[in-house]
Amino acid sequence: MTASDIVLSVRDVTKHYRVGGGFAGGPAKVVRAVDGVTLDIRARETFALVGESGCGKTTLGRVMLRLQEPTSGQIDYRGTDLTGLDEAAMRALRKRLQIVFQDPYASLNPRMRIGEILAEPLRSHGYGPPADIRDRCAELLEMVGLRKQYLHNYPHQFSGGQRQRIGIARALANNPDFVVCDESVSALDVSIQAQVLNLLADLQDRLKLTYFFITHDLAVVRQFADRVGVMFLGRLVELGTTEELFAQPLHPYTMLLMSAVPRPDPRQRGRDRPMMQGEIPSPMHLPSGCRFHTRCPFAQEICRREDPSLQAIGSRAVACHFPLSG
Amino acid sequence: MADNILSVRGLTTEFSGGRGDVRVLDDLSFDVGRGRIVGLVGESGSGKSMTALSLMGLVPQPQGRVTARSILLDGTEISRLGPAGMRALRGRDIAMVFQEPMTSLNPVRKVWEQVGEPLAIHHGLGRRAIRARVLEMFEMVGIPDPKTRLDAYPHQLSGGLRQRAMIAMGLICEPKLLIADEPTTALDVTTQAQILRLMRELRDRVGTSIIMITHDLGIIAEMCDEVNVMYAGQIVEQADVFDLFEKPSHPYTRGLLASIPRATEPRAGRRMPSIPGMVPNLAKLPPGCRFSPRCAEAMPICRRPPDLATLDGGHVARCWLHAAPDTRPMGETA
Repeated sequence: MTASDIVLSVRDVTKHYRVGGGFAGGPAKVVRAVDGVTLDIRARETFALVGESGCGKTTLGRVMLRLQEPTSGQIDYRGTDLTGLDEAAMRALRKRLQIVFQDPYASLNPRMRIGEILAEPLRSHGYGPPADIRDRCAELLEMVGLRKQYLHNYPHQFSGGQRQRIGIARALANNPDFVVCDESVSALDVSIQAQVLNLLADLQDRLKLTYFFITHDLAVVRQFADRVGVMFLGRLVELGTTEELFAQPLHPYTMLLMSAVPRPDPRQRGRDRPMMQGEIPSPMHLPSGCRFHTRCPFAQEICRREDPSLQAIGSRAVACHFPLSG
Repeated sequence: MADNILSVRGLTTEFSGGRGDVRVLDDLSFDVGRGRIVGLVGESGSGKSMTALSLMGLVPQPQGRVTARSILLDGTEISRLGPAGMRALRGRDIAMVFQEPMTSLNPVRKVWEQVGEPLAIHHGLGRRAIRARVLEMFEMVGIPDPKTRLDAYPHQLSGGLRQRAMIAMGLICEPKLLIADEPTTALDVTTQAQILRLMRELRDRVGTSIIMITHDLGIIAEMCDEVNVMYAGQIVEQADVFDLFEKPSHPYTRGLLASIPRATEPRAGRRMPSIPGMVPNLAKLPPGCRFSPRCAEAMPICRRPPDLATLDGGHVARCWLHAAPDTRPMGETA
């Protein structure tokens, strides 16, 4: 693999938040939302980052675009370290790095017409004279499968699926090449979800996009992603191609996560499937050693003492003292 | 029928508003057998949550109007009870578990007081007896360290524990029927699996009859004995759960089953099967079959409203493809 195949790489990135202390009294605590993640995203792939709420997946997505500043680490976009850029230089690069949010209801300004919502990113990046901007807005709407007459409508006049198409059109306004999709289809009904995923696939082929696809939904991951990273409590615990990972997960957490997904086939009712016990530990009070050991059915003495690092196994990687046979 | 805990016939709910009446539920009929788990599945706007509110007597008044030919709860007619009668029923004979355990608990009251409230309302129990009973319920729904959780406030419990507490509240008066409206939608998948297992165990152990409302066909497949598929305010297919997944008969059900992404199967191709278009606005329904504008198999006859047609073994579908020839209007063919 040559360096030019990699669009974005994250090197040992952390994002820590201070919680409490100050006014309310008591010592401040630190939440390690992202705690040392290293990752390469390849050109034109769909990389899915999967995990449960609070695992740090959304924070990582935002830190990658410097929508939030990392506490430490390096983020390289096509050879440029984003963490070293000043605001003007970062702004110029923002055209190429975009995000589609989860909630199609909350992410569009209800007082703006669709035409204004789409024109805003074009204007702020100096796209061109008003006539060009108008043409581009119409083109964007058609690109996401909506009629250009809708430019004059307001967000509340659209269904959830249509709003998410508008959110996608806005992200694509300035021809990005790296798009973070943060739970972008999670709020949609299944029949609409499939439509939007198909649209994302078409746009990826046409516009040569790279997707960083953040989701909690393993079924969507399997049907949509090329590679997968599994996050647990701020750490990447497993990494691999979608097919390898689903065919044989290496990390016990990945395996338990998969077995928890309800299967749309009553003949496979899983009364005896392995099930995770207990609750996710608080990110403020991380367990010693491996963060997963309190819920892991295979934990040994060493798991309580030593924090396993992400180790390559062939083309895959896993952070576990006793990876499942692969 | 004696073996049905609930038997609904002709449930219709309408709202009057500025632009005339909107019928959000249209002539629903279904049964819940004793000790059975019956699913209501559909997408947003299908009317599945409105069905729960209508059965509970919780449809906002006076805009909403609920009518039914008959609603039998364990043999007793409840469709004409009125607000006071429904209040006596709610929490005692029919209980409900909502989607969002955070917003359905009062943040400034201790959990045990809220979970035990139905006992105070319906049975006039004192605080000591209620507390003891809540502790039993906490043990039954698998809340770890139940004694110390009694005095917790809702924010001190995780989402999974809050939902367990809500289930404890729902079951505390040993209701005849528990209605669970998207009970795990706000939870992580591993917590969801725990809550679903708990509900199955309660059914097996205590014999609770459950209506499971969900948009997730995976949950239907894991949990339910029978299923009602809803679309735009109507039941469009009704079947035993194995029949439904083996032989989905309504084109909408078939489309839904085809468009769910599956975690257990390799990616089929670059594009997923999907249903074109979107759910119709209930104020501007298409004439005839409500699904016909999105249906790949639509025919001229679909401009007329189809009745529920019976297939094998109690399997029912609202579709002209399955209508018996003699019920079709003269001169039209399917």
